[in-house]
Amino acid sequence: MTTTITMTTFISIYKNIGGFMIKATLLIILISSFMSSSAQMQRFPKPEFETGYEYPTVEAPEPRSTSLEFIDVGVLLLVMSLAAWFALKRRSRKGILWLSVFSLIYFGFYREGCVCSIGAIQNVALTLFDPSYAISIPIILFFVLPLLFSLLFGRVFCAAACPLGVIQDLVIIKPITIPAWLNKSLGFIPYIYLGLAVLMAATASDFIICRYDPFIGIFRMGAEFSMIILGIAFLLMGLFVARPYCRFLCPYGVLLGWMSKFSKHHISITPSECIQCKLCDHSCPFNVIDEPTEALKPEEKQYNKRRFTLFALLIPVWMLVAGYALSLAHPFISKAHPDVYMAELLITQPEIKNDTNNLDVQTFLASGRTMEQLVDDAKTIRTKYYTGSWILGAFLGLALGLMLMNHFVVRRRTDYTPNRTGCYSCGRCMDYCPVKK
Amino acid sequence: MAKKNLNRRDFLNDTMRLTAAVAIGGLAGLTLRNAKAEKTVWQIDPFECTQCGRCATDCVLPISAVKCVHAYDLCGYCDLCGGYFKPGVIDLHTGAENHLCPTAAIERKFVEEPYFEYKIIDDLCIGCGKCVAGCTSFGNGSLHLQVRHDICVDCNDCAIAKVCPSQAFHRVPASRPYMIKGDFVANENPTWSNPA
Repeated sequence: MTTTITMTTFISIYKNIGGFMIKATLLIILISSFMSSSAQMQRFPKPEFETGYEYPTVEAPEPRSTSLEFIDVGVLLLVMSLAAWFALKRRSRKGILWLSVFSLIYFGFYREGCVCSIGAIQNVALTLFDPSYAISIPIILFFVLPLLFSLLFGRVFCAAACPLGVIQDLVIIKPITIPAWLNKSLGFIPYIYLGLAVLMAATASDFIICRYDPFIGIFRMGAEFSMIILGIAFLLMGLFVARPYCRFLCPYGVLLGWMSKFSKHHISITPSECIQCKLCDHSCPFNVIDEPTEALKPEEKQYNKRRFTLFALLIPVWMLVAGYALSLAHPFISKAHPDVYMAELLITQPEIKNDTNNLDVQTFLASGRTMEQLVDDAKTIRTKYYTGSWILGAFLGLALGLMLMNHFVVRRRTDYTPNRTGCYSCGRCMDYCPVKK
Repeated sequence: MAKKNLNRRDFLNDTMRLTAAVAIGGLAGLTLRNAKAEKTVWQIDPFECTQCGRCATDCVLPISAVKCVHAYDLCGYCDLCGGYFKPGVIDLHTGAENHLCPTAAIERKFVEEPYFEYKIIDDLCIGCGKCVAGCTSFGNGSLHLQVRHDICVDCNDCAIAKVCPSQAFHRVPASRPYMIKGDFVANENPTWSNPA
């Protein structure tokens, strides 16, 4: 009511004096004394144009349409189906190679590395723990489909569909053999990365997989300098250490490996009888071909059995120890959340409130959110992190325990076979195999 | 049984495969509860934006996808525009020394006495929000920052949202991708309009 009155009086004043004569500064003082200080109020009335002036339209270009997102899912399905067909039926390395080039162009350079199955882990984790985050169906499909394919046909997604995988696959020129112990130890990093990524996403703190994606800068042809350097470094390393990101970092690879281990069908090196020529053993740049094993002596079997039992019994111990250790570190990890970070900053360094250059602090102080609210929110998040770090620790303990336990499982193998967990189904080995029928 | 030589390892493998399939299905089922066919995109709530300037510097693109948008029907068409002129200008002319915009991305055009139209030249705008701060402090607030979806690459986690001090970035449905200031019924019930 009051607003309308002031508005009309204002308009009349404005018209009477003839607005163009007054300096607008004067008007501002005049109006701000009339009206509330809210920045959202209309200080100056809508002009009444006499020359038939029409408002220009406000441009608001649409985002990429949702139907195109479903087309991406279709392309993913098609690529994976073809890859499975090339790997299992046609046994064609060439087919997989060209398919991977297509994926690099489509998912890498055309889609600029985004929507990606690796990053989708975080969207899934966030939506499971934060119901207010509505995940889109294409993202769910990007997460689920490669896992399903892996369960049916092995890691054909890695071979031909994943842009991060194929860009590394295409630069392998002289792969070196990494000592088994180092290979295995570095292979534990993806578990840590996966666990941390899920923890950070579930607490709505950060999407670290996306933030530290080393190849996104290359796909987009531009990024922060440090990320470009990281991407180039990975590719250079990839000349000699084949697929370094896939083997020693990729968190999605952990899930795909689990699926592939129990896959219904899997790429085989030879179409029929293995002639023990060992050619394939040198063809695999990732050292994931298991060699034939000798029959164990009874005492060795006995030793392995005892060790296996011991390490199986130790698993709960690893889980407890790692869980406890990480729960001690939760105050530090929880700083990834901006609220926790801000609360801690303001408590430990209260003098920072006077620092006018600190935008975050100044914005917080001006926001009307009280210190109590902030601290309460930070405490809630920290409690989540406490629980989360116990679970993360237990998960890492379990992964480590299983790894140690499985070390004493020696399978009797007569032929060279791909290791289902680690094999990317790239098809190099079957290309090398002299047995063709 | 169909399988004659079902040994222990095959049995374990089958069990594990079934477990994995159930796990994937279960996870997918759980996520589907919150699922929408439509994707979300990033947008700035103009009423939460504090014009800190990080939009210009923190976007993953070399030139930010955030640009200033002019809601013309809110504009006062002032001669002395707080978004166009630097504070304390002597003469209201369009000389370079008077521009608040560091890239001279605002075009000032005479409409009729005493009104002037201000148009953002998109190709020049870097999304620094200097004009927005000026307009919001001294004018109607018709200039405001928005993520332009023809430029935005729609990162899974927006790099600007990460550093936005007032957390003004939100995931909005792709069918209503803009929060262009409408009819000033701010705060209580935000009226984000999407011009057709």
